[in-house]
Amino acid sequence: MARLTITGLTKAFAAFRALDDVTLEVGDGEFVAILGPSGCGKTTLLRQVAGFDRPDAGRIEIGERVVSSVARHVPPEERRIGIVFQSYALWPHMSVADNVAYGLTVTGVRDPERARRVKDALALVELDGFASRRPANLSGGQRQRVALARCLVTEPSLVLLDEPLANLDVHLRASMEREFARFHARTGTTMIYITHDQAEAMALADRIAVMDKGRVLQYATPSLLYREPADATVARFIGEGIVLPVTVAAVHGDGTCDIVAFGATTRMRCAPRGVERGPASACVRAAGLRIVEPGAPGVTMRTTGVIYQGGHFRIEGVVESAPAIALHLHVEEPCALAEGSRVTVAVDDGWVIPAAALG
Amino acid sequence: MANAPGVRGRFEDYALLWLLTAVIAVLSAVPLARLVLEAVRPGGVFSLDAIRRVLESATTWSATGHSLVVAVGGTLLAVTIGGLVALAVTLTDIRARNAFVFVFVMPLLLAPQVVALAWIQMFGPSSALLKMLGIAPPLGTPNPLYSPGGIVLVLGVQYSPLVFLTLRAGLRALPQELIEAALAGGARPRTVVRSIVVPLMTPPLLAGVALCFVSCLGNFGIPALLGIPGNYLVLPTLIYQRLAGLGPDALSQVAVLSVLIGLIAMVGIVVQDAMLARRDFRTTTAAVEARAFELKRWRPFVEGALWTLSFLTLMLPLVALVTMSLVPALGVPLTAKTATLDSYRFVLFMHAASHRAFVNSFSMAAVAAVMIVVIAVPLAYFLVWRRSRLLHAVSLVTEAPYALPGVVVGIAAILLFLKPLPIVGITLYNTIWIILFCYVARFLALGLRPVVSGYHQLDRTLEEAAQIAGARLFRRLATVILPLVAPAAAAGALLIFLTAFNELTVSALLWSTGAETLGVVFFSFQQGGDTNYASALGVLTICVSVLLMLSTILLVGRLPRGVLPWRD
Repeated sequence: MARLTITGLTKAFAAFRALDDVTLEVGDGEFVAILGPSGCGKTTLLRQVAGFDRPDAGRIEIGERVVSSVARHVPPEERRIGIVFQSYALWPHMSVADNVAYGLTVTGVRDPERARRVKDALALVELDGFASRRPANLSGGQRQRVALARCLVTEPSLVLLDEPLANLDVHLRASMEREFARFHARTGTTMIYITHDQAEAMALADRIAVMDKGRVLQYATPSLLYREPADATVARFIGEGIVLPVTVAAVHGDGTCDIVAFGATTRMRCAPRGVERGPASACVRAAGLRIVEPGAPGVTMRTTGVIYQGGHFRIEGVVESAPAIALHLHVEEPCALAEGSRVTVAVDDGWVIPAAALG
Repeated sequence: MANAPGVRGRFEDYALLWLLTAVIAVLSAVPLARLVLEAVRPGGVFSLDAIRRVLESATTWSATGHSLVVAVGGTLLAVTIGGLVALAVTLTDIRARNAFVFVFVMPLLLAPQVVALAWIQMFGPSSALLKMLGIAPPLGTPNPLYSPGGIVLVLGVQYSPLVFLTLRAGLRALPQELIEAALAGGARPRTVVRSIVVPLMTPPLLAGVALCFVSCLGNFGIPALLGIPGNYLVLPTLIYQRLAGLGPDALSQVAVLSVLIGLIAMVGIVVQDAMLARRDFRTTTAAVEARAFELKRWRPFVEGALWTLSFLTLMLPLVALVTMSLVPALGVPLTAKTATLDSYRFVLFMHAASHRAFVNSFSMAAVAAVMIVVIAVPLAYFLVWRRSRLLHAVSLVTEAPYALPGVVVGIAAILLFLKPLPIVGITLYNTIWIILFCYVARFLALGLRPVVSGYHQLDRTLEEAAQIAGARLFRRLATVILPLVAPAAAAGALLIFLTAFNELTVSALLWSTGAETLGVVFFSFQQGGDTNYASALGVLTICVSVLLMLSTILLVGRLPRGVLPWRD
């Protein structure tokens, strides 16, 4: 178990900045997800932490030990960490037991201790009877568990999971997700989970670092990310947030403020400090929007799509006075709305994005 | 460990990297540098005398002219045969494709000198086959193959699979949509071939042409058997005769001749590299093969033509060779009464040099194959996965001994090992070790290619997983990487074994009593007029080669596609 401290990490490939001054601190035993679209730099970050690549600037510490800096590079084989690869990377020429035992053999653990630990690790992932099988004869979920057992058997201080569920079908994902959560609770290992799937990240992580274009945009708990996004990119990325241009009319001391959006005045949440009167951006979500009687205070929307999603409709539309701004909200069955109709939408809840990250 | 992170791990990396660099330098760069040095500093004194003497000699220029004639002629024939066969096999719906490819590619893996002898036995007054059929020309009639035309014919047949293979690889990389789009646009198959396939196939075709030219130019066995009787000398046979006649005293002269043939070959190699570099690798990932054109009622005719071709160019010569090996003496027709296995008995059990040659060729081919795999697996690791710039530059050098004619490597090795090695004081010249050295140097590129494609097909996270588990480089190589590239390495080893086992060019220059190879014994039987013994020995080597090629069926499905030429 160990902390992971990343300070000012930068890595460029030719002119492309894959990592741009990334700073991240992961507490002992914490489960942290690195979330971002493909190409955001999350895999590059993982490869730096693992030691497969050297950073151009910055440093990485595992526990108290500096493992990567410009002057010092501890090779992967000496970092004592574990990785579950997206492809699982099980060795096809070895049995399940040999795959799991490899890390122990390499570090000089011999039978009977090695055999006992392999047996325990396989029991932990509920693959007791599979020791002599070849990886080729296992299902996707079983391979995943072998990879997990192989990674945990050496009791690494830090475990990196690289999109471990990306190759599994939806049904299996849900059960493996629960399994990861169970594991983390039982072993208390520090875990870094790389994913592009926010549902996965939200379900599993204590904290999530949202990355884009090589930078960490926000590092917070899932609930905070959802409720109080730090900038417009995070707001749009997490939970399909809608970013509206608004004007702050009045700031109250209790973390709320009055805003004017497209002529309608409403109350929104905001940071206790740093929000001033004037133009700003606000994040609203489908759940915070509601269709009201025509004439009631609200934003006039022209609907562009009515999509049935089982039990409710998803209504998509644009602000009539600003057609570049798309809105969407949910309406319970039955729904008589047709495409192209005009409705009034009230904003019940929203978050004023801190001015520092206006955009 | 905390004080000195990664010292041991990095030590293994650097040690292996520099060891590999040193091995490749010794195998490739040092011998070639020594050869060039000898041309300008014969006997250690700077002088252009040797160059002047060689360049003033009329023999040099007639041999160079002959070399160009047979190389260009052989290439033209090989391109015609190989090109047509590649189009027919790849683009049409002929049946029994795998069997045909196996048979068509086979001559490439047989010893050229044995193939030449088989062809000799198809013609001429002493052909046992023609005598048996009663159509042998009268005694005294010259064998029509002892001529430039004969050399061109056998070279062309021998190397047509080279053109076939490069063109077939190119055709396979041709995106299916390009053909389908033309067909959808209303073009007829013939138009598609002319307007789409042929223009796109120009780079691989030119690469095949260049490769074929270099191979024809460097071939020794065919012009030795077909040209020496009529005193039609090409550069490799001239070098051989000079060295055999004058011994090491002629070294500076043959060094100049070797540099000359090397320079001619370089033209071909440069063209080949330029053309292969132009191949668009983005299209090769879409491994969808072009849909075959249906030949409909023409199919039996095309199939008939293809099989007739391989009957005439492979099976008939082999039958002639087998016939010859069964008669008791030159000139005796084969009948039920005259047929005898005496020749086989003689070469297998009674002739001491043949016996030694079997042992020598077998063990040298095997040892060379193993040594090359031991070098190629870590070398390809650094080339493909670590993208080592140092080794990438060095690996270009590994191609040189394979691409250049065999005589060049042979002469370079003589120059390098004629004097005792410094420090240890052992002389390799006139021992079997100098031949083994040449085999490893010359066939390294042959073994490296399949291993490189093996790495390309592996997921590197398999190695990274071992690294994360704590395994250092040597352990990763032994426990994870080697087992995974083993099938590709085995394919490379087999190619090396087959080539070294049938080798003549290098060993003809380097052999000594006790260090004979099968090629050398075969050649001296043939030179000495013991054609029936030569035939028996040739048939035996062909049997070994074909059995080994067939044994690869066991590796089915575990090999990267395209590493074994005879496997489709």
